[in-house]
Amino acid sequence: MHAISDALIITKRQLLQLARVPELILFSIIQPIMFVLLFRYVFGGSIDTGQPGGYVQLLMPGIFVQTVAFTLAGTAVGLTADMQKGLIARFRSLPISRSAVVFGRTLGDGALNIVVLTAMGLTGYVVGWRPSSGFLNITLGFVFLLVFGFAMSWIGVLIGLSVREERVATNATFIAVFPLTFLSNAFAPTTGMPKPLQYIAEWNPVSTMVAGCRQLFGLENQFGATAGSFPSENPLTMSIVYMIIIMAVFIPLSVRKYNRAVNK
Amino acid sequence: MKAITAEELYKTYDKGKIKALDGLNLDVEEGTVLGVLGPNGAGKTTTVRVLATLLVPDSGRATVSGIDVIKNPQEVRKIIGLSGQYAAVDETLTGWDNLIMFGRLYHLSAKAAKSRAIELLEQFSLTDAAKRPIRTYSGGMRRRLDLAASLIVKPKVLFLDEPTTGLDPRGRQDMWGVINELVKGGVTLLLTTQYLEEADQLADEIAVIDHGKVIARGTSDSLKKQVGGERLEIVVENQHMAATKEIVARISSSALNVDEGLRLISAPVTTGSKALIEAAKLLDKMGIHPLDIGLKRPSLDDVFLSLTGHLAEEKKDEDLALASKKRGR
Repeated sequence: MHAISDALIITKRQLLQLARVPELILFSIIQPIMFVLLFRYVFGGSIDTGQPGGYVQLLMPGIFVQTVAFTLAGTAVGLTADMQKGLIARFRSLPISRSAVVFGRTLGDGALNIVVLTAMGLTGYVVGWRPSSGFLNITLGFVFLLVFGFAMSWIGVLIGLSVREERVATNATFIAVFPLTFLSNAFAPTTGMPKPLQYIAEWNPVSTMVAGCRQLFGLENQFGATAGSFPSENPLTMSIVYMIIIMAVFIPLSVRKYNRAVNK
Repeated sequence: MKAITAEELYKTYDKGKIKALDGLNLDVEEGTVLGVLGPNGAGKTTTVRVLATLLVPDSGRATVSGIDVIKNPQEVRKIIGLSGQYAAVDETLTGWDNLIMFGRLYHLSAKAAKSRAIELLEQFSLTDAAKRPIRTYSGGMRRRLDLAASLIVKPKVLFLDEPTTGLDPRGRQDMWGVINELVKGGVTLLLTTQYLEEADQLADEIAVIDHGKVIARGTSDSLKKQVGGERLEIVVENQHMAATKEIVARISSSALNVDEGLRLISAPVTTGSKALIEAAKLLDKMGIHPLDIGLKRPSLDDVFLSLTGHLAEEKKDEDLALASKKRGR
């Protein structure tokens, strides 16, 4: 079967794009680094967490998760552009595996996440982030983040192939992801929110991911989650369940959508 | 043997409101060029998409090289090439990157993909531009690379969807040259165009389509005949109009057509150049020197007008309105 090699050719195309236009990679890195610095120094001073090592210990997992969640946007915008230009039509006229283009795309966006997370981690270290759980757990934490980014990327495929213009893709993904990352424990404790929001925030996959990563990076602190709620007690389990659900739903839908996609 | 067949293709959009294909029938003999001619929105692109396996019609049957495009699309994809306004290349990458990528996607080995890329760049005069990103290419170069990408595995059947739309006259001439070369190599070609001149230049046969079906089919000459034979056309000074009308009436048995503004008198004739010589002699005898005199064969524009009752251009507004309505959905 050519399914894997076809997908890897598409992934390679994306990496070649980064090599041909290095600004692409530069700007993918600048934004998350900016977020780290802004949150660390703008909010960090006024949020009392009672956490040894300060707010930055809690912030970093939150900002990692936010960044990989936004992988969805890159995937969506990239595919909308390919579709508008007629590249998807050309790919579909080739005798390649029916899922190669979308798998190649999500793998490529996942690969970009490796670079982005590395840059963020290093920036975090410079401003005081000190994960204390040992090499294995820290690595596991990053693997978790990459898989979550990959899963989110599939939602991006469906959005990207459903809208007609890049600007729509940008807005649609922003609307989808932004509330998700703020209605969570990523930047502030959930206990301060009104009850209904608190409930949503605790079941939000972003929250379970953030809490899970905090655990893997060696923090006990759940950042003000309601004690005893199932997701805050079992954040890693819940995160895995969420990732499986997202992929089980969006991979088949996206592949189906791709095989019917035509630009107007 | 038929390289392409399409039987009774139907396709509607917007829950049946827009009929893109309305019982379209088509076939192309192996090794020939069929020009599919029609205005925007006539169904040209939809036809190509169905034949190139990108779109499944609501009903109907189509084959390429005898293979059913609906039941066996993956086999069809192995033997076709698709290029044109709606099939593109990656503009961020270089011409070389693109040809290698598509070569590998056609499952050529790394070595074979490279040597094929070198060949194609040479064939399309793009060797010097190979290492530049496509977005720095001129429109004509871009189209040539696009075409090259569709020829990587030497397709049996090639689809070119409006290959020269948006090109300047020079780019169009170049493209025509390139396409003519390909046709000599024996590929079966289906090409869509809005340009009557283009169909005339490149195609062995022309299918005129409008509102999703073929309304006329034949060689350029036979289509022109269908509209009517030759016309004698004479332009004279104002004071000679009356005398000239008399002369033309004597030669043609049909009704005259007089355009006072252009000072043009014309009439259908059946005897060709004989009629022309006769008219010239009579004019000369009367001491009238025409500003212009000639035999005119109908253009494909005339063909389109007489077949559809509207000019090819006329439909564009309607079509744009439709397009914006679709966007606003």
